[in-house]
Amino acid sequence: MTQTPDTQISELSHKHLLGLVDYSDKEIELILATARQFREVLYRPIRRVPTLRGTTVVNLFYEASTRTRISFELAEKRLSADTVNFSASGSSVSKGESLKDTAQNIEAMQLDMVVVRHKSPGAAHFLTQCVPSAVINAGDGAHEHPTQALLDLLTMSDKFETFRGLNVSIIGDIMHSRVARSNVYGLTTLGANVTLCGPSTLMPVELDRLVDRGGVRITHSLDEALEGCDVAMALRIQLERQGSNRLPSLREYHELFGIKMSHLEAHPDLLIMHPGPVNRGVELESKVVDHERALILDQVTNGVAVRMAVLFLLSGTRAQPDG
Amino acid sequence: MESSDIIKAQLMDERDLDRTLDRMARQIVETFAIDNLGSVNVGLIGMQLRGVYIASRLKAKIAAVEGIDIPLGVLDATMYRDDFRLRLKQPVVRETNIEFDISERHLVLIDDVLFTGRTTRAALDALMDMGRPASVKFLVIIDRGLRELPIRADFVGQKVPTFQGEEIRVRLREIDDREGVWLVERNQKEESA
Repeated sequence: MTQTPDTQISELSHKHLLGLVDYSDKEIELILATARQFREVLYRPIRRVPTLRGTTVVNLFYEASTRTRISFELAEKRLSADTVNFSASGSSVSKGESLKDTAQNIEAMQLDMVVVRHKSPGAAHFLTQCVPSAVINAGDGAHEHPTQALLDLLTMSDKFETFRGLNVSIIGDIMHSRVARSNVYGLTTLGANVTLCGPSTLMPVELDRLVDRGGVRITHSLDEALEGCDVAMALRIQLERQGSNRLPSLREYHELFGIKMSHLEAHPDLLIMHPGPVNRGVELESKVVDHERALILDQVTNGVAVRMAVLFLLSGTRAQPDG
Repeated sequence: MESSDIIKAQLMDERDLDRTLDRMARQIVETFAIDNLGSVNVGLIGMQLRGVYIASRLKAKIAAVEGIDIPLGVLDATMYRDDFRLRLKQPVVRETNIEFDISERHLVLIDDVLFTGRTTRAALDALMDMGRPASVKFLVIIDRGLRELPIRADFVGQKVPTFQGEEIRVRLREIDDREGVWLVERNQKEESA
């Protein structure tokens, strides 16, 4: 894929990154091109550049997160930003402070950017109404998780010449997955075809809206999803939601929707992705996780690069008078 | 050339530029006494965007004259710039790719125009983060004066005193529709970051 962004736009038209639903193909390509350059920093002897020196970023994590939070923190540190971490436990949220009040207090401390993870869809959008800082959505309920989709796109772009005509299947718990939604928006915007596959109990009711965007099809058969597929993205079965009786058993799920070595053998060019953390033996057979065609660790590396790019591209926006 | 530029003078045409590069290639060879393969401990670093093409032309000229292949790296100093917070537009981050170890090596940093010296400062900081070169020399096609930092060039194609509001446009056939160097007046209304 192209390395020189000369023919592209040079800045985002958005002040925030709330989701990929309204980002244009040019904007997504700018983020990916910028991320490729920042990725090179991760392999230098000194893995830090002074780009965001003097910029303060707060990481507001209202929901448990390991890799996304670490990835954002690392991206901020690699760019020399000052960071403040905030997690719901051990803060005044447990004393009953509202998101708005927390945000405004943080704002009063002169922060430039806010990275927010929250269980409620729209929390990131709500924050943009409360504070003048640039807001980056690190996952809001089952709505969107744009930086995850961007790192998935970056990983795919390393393997394929173009997204036009690329066939990507997203398999598993589509209903609870903000990763799936952001990926559908990003992939279809760039011209890829997306197949959503999972048990009907884990398919969202508003799926028709996604299908209406074009380039999206739905199936409940794994074999159908893998036929002609370039990249299979398995989603995590959220074990914490297993009380809700949507699956008879994890073993049955693995039988019907788990990707196994037999699938890799039947489809010799198929690449495997997973946003992590993987439940070995559920979404993916353990051997598949460690297979050379599994790109799971590439995704993690690309996560830091893509977050550096997003932080960099949105860092100038606070100065803009009309956002 | 930007469509809004008002051309005030052409400083170099294609032949002038080629002669200047010939001379600078010989200066590099002379400075480092590059005469046999055993003593080549020199590297060229082209700065994005046009310094990269100038550097690769110098590399080809040195190879033609001396038969020596000097390693060439590409550097983008955007991440080290000091003016993010003053700008409304974010600059484009381009590729950095230096495949040889710069430590203990004599480097020639190559750019098209030397102006305030701020980009050079950024480039030097970037290089220092990648290793400890034995020395760094600086080569530019045009030194237009108006420095804001104590930075100078070791190899200069042409010194051209300029005013604020004027611009030097170096245009190279590899990426532009013409070749040469022009002094232009910037159209203030169309000014871009």
